[in-house]
Amino acid sequence: MIKIEKRNDVPMALYFFTPFIAIILTILGGGIIFYILGFNPIEALKFYFITPISNLYGFSELLLKATPLCLIAIGLSFCFKSNNWNIGAEGQLTFGAIVGGGVALLFYNQEGFYILPLVILAGAIGGMIFALIPAVLKTYFNTNEILVSLMLVYVSKLLLDYLVVGPWSNPEGFNFPETRQFSDSSRMPLLFEGLRIHAGIFLALAAVMLSWFILYKTYLGFQIKVSGLSLKTAKYAGFKGKTMILVVFMISGACAGLAGVGEITGPIGQLHRMISPDYGFTAIIVAFLGRLNPFGIIFASLVVALTYLGAETAQIFLQIPKYTGQVFQGMILFFLLASDYLLFFKVKILSLKKNELRH
Amino acid sequence: MYKNFFRYLISAIFLLGFSVNSNADFKVGFVYVGPTGDHGWTFQHHEGRNAVEAAGIKTTFVESVPEGADAERVIRQLAQSGHDLIFTTSFGYMDPTNKVAKDFPNVKFEHATGYKREHSNVSTYSARFYEGRTLLGHIAGKMTKTNTIGYIASFPIPEVIRGINAMTLAAQKVNPNIKTKIVWVFTWYDPGKEAEAAQALIDQGADVIMQHTDSTAPVQTAEKAGVWSFGQASDMQRFAPKSILTSIIDDWAPYYVERAIAARDGTWNQQDTWHGLKEGMVAMGPYNSAMGADLVKEVEQLQKDLASGKVHSFTGPIYDQKGNILVAEGKVADDGMLAGMSVYVKGVEGDIPK
Repeated sequence: MIKIEKRNDVPMALYFFTPFIAIILTILGGGIIFYILGFNPIEALKFYFITPISNLYGFSELLLKATPLCLIAIGLSFCFKSNNWNIGAEGQLTFGAIVGGGVALLFYNQEGFYILPLVILAGAIGGMIFALIPAVLKTYFNTNEILVSLMLVYVSKLLLDYLVVGPWSNPEGFNFPETRQFSDSSRMPLLFEGLRIHAGIFLALAAVMLSWFILYKTYLGFQIKVSGLSLKTAKYAGFKGKTMILVVFMISGACAGLAGVGEITGPIGQLHRMISPDYGFTAIIVAFLGRLNPFGIIFASLVVALTYLGAETAQIFLQIPKYTGQVFQGMILFFLLASDYLLFFKVKILSLKKNELRH
Repeated sequence: MYKNFFRYLISAIFLLGFSVNSNADFKVGFVYVGPTGDHGWTFQHHEGRNAVEAAGIKTTFVESVPEGADAERVIRQLAQSGHDLIFTTSFGYMDPTNKVAKDFPNVKFEHATGYKREHSNVSTYSARFYEGRTLLGHIAGKMTKTNTIGYIASFPIPEVIRGINAMTLAAQKVNPNIKTKIVWVFTWYDPGKEAEAAQALIDQGADVIMQHTDSTAPVQTAEKAGVWSFGQASDMQRFAPKSILTSIIDDWAPYYVERAIAARDGTWNQQDTWHGLKEGMVAMGPYNSAMGADLVKEVEQLQKDLASGKVHSFTGPIYDQKGNILVAEGKVADDGMLAGMSVYVKGVEGDIPK
């Protein structure tokens, strides 16, 4: 007989410690997988987690990769904390990139200090508008936001496909599915010569600070947290639930839109079909690994970004299949959820004797 | 002042990292857009890599590299980790390849299917797939009963339009009543979409299906529906043994071996390569015996003539859809016209998506 009971006194320190346990278990699990695949696990793990960031270039690439993940996850934390399940950040990212990219193309071959801010703003607004669709449908028509936001991902990706193949395709580009390269006036300034890390990282850091302030120092943050803990309490306390849902979705969409616009005005420099390798979905793992805490999310985005880089390095140096990166991301989430479960619940194995005595 | 110093410091550290690896053994790197097991595009590049390895040259590959921001990092890492020659095997790597090539003048780069060679250490290469399409058109024209050929197309770029036109022209030559129906799927690899497109074409009366996409879904759909089909990029016969009449095979191996040896021996120079049946970059899979011995003989002869240059896929008179002359009688289209081809020839149904 197995009985599962809720634990009453869970220490908060342990709650913030379990992500580390999950990461350690993932590394151990990864080592075992490498061993089974016939690689030296220590060497493989070294190429996975140390080599990619052993020089300045690698470290800057880590920050570059973590920037969109961090931005999106910060946005998602508002939704998740208040029990709103926005799964469509990838779509909001794409739509933000479409709107921002559209503005960048509008100012093609023009100079002006105001162009880049306009492009960034357009991206944020684009993401916000796209996130409002599931929010409005949820608040006024009682639809399920998980389904709506997820399905809208495909809508935005198809819209992007249409635009880069058709009306926005580069007139000198032989019909290849991509737009013109944006002019320098709508590109993110690079922080260092020779490195790709760009000013977008400040957007992510600003989002971290701002979200910490909103979540922990404002009335809105209090509402969000209470609604997350208990919707009934929130209603009893007289919080305006509908407005809050709209606001958290808008914040989340704006962050995803910024991530999208950061990618296209940063390392990519144009719109094409592959602007994001599913950052919007990976950021869900980041948000939970970071415990929906702004500073935890910084840490989590770096860890998850490293799994991408590590997969590349491990394949270059040891020819380990690149898909191990996704296996690592999956394992992190799995171990995190498992350790959470064991943290909040205890499993009791009741001896049969006791049961027999009862009869 | 302080800021400048910081910049120089970083550049110096950066350059130091490059120079450390420059005296390592000769190595060739490959960047793939798909998994090595896609049985199409990437699979064939991987076969080419195996041939380089068999020639005694060390190689490395990275698979499934998205054509977005990640490509540049992967290419740069390969250049940085002592690879002397790097093949980037998808169109989307064009700008990243040129960008990295600028920073690594001693590393040679080969970009497949692109047109930008911004630095002297970047070559481009592609195959004259359209020569294979001419053979497919000849076979399709003879085999179809409904006079309708279904064509699954990826993107309206010159390479794809060239294939559609070459096929249609060859089919018209043996069967003047032929019609080419096209479904644009706007993807290179999506088994679901490709299967749907194949089914839609079959439902519209096509009894020969061909594809300019990379999955095996269309030939499998054709096999189920009992219509003819052709394999793409690699020999797909085992996926649809009854349906497949032949396959166009991209054989990159001879080119890769040649270029790797040239780079190792210091004879590598910048090129824009466009090889076909003659050089063996385009090869044909085994012909299905259902074609009958006579047709097989005919096609084999045509294959020889295309390789020797006796027959050209685009020999005039060629008309566009409206009946305007594109290539005059007795002339053949030059490479410049082929490279920028953006109109359908007469007999193709529908418009090129804009």
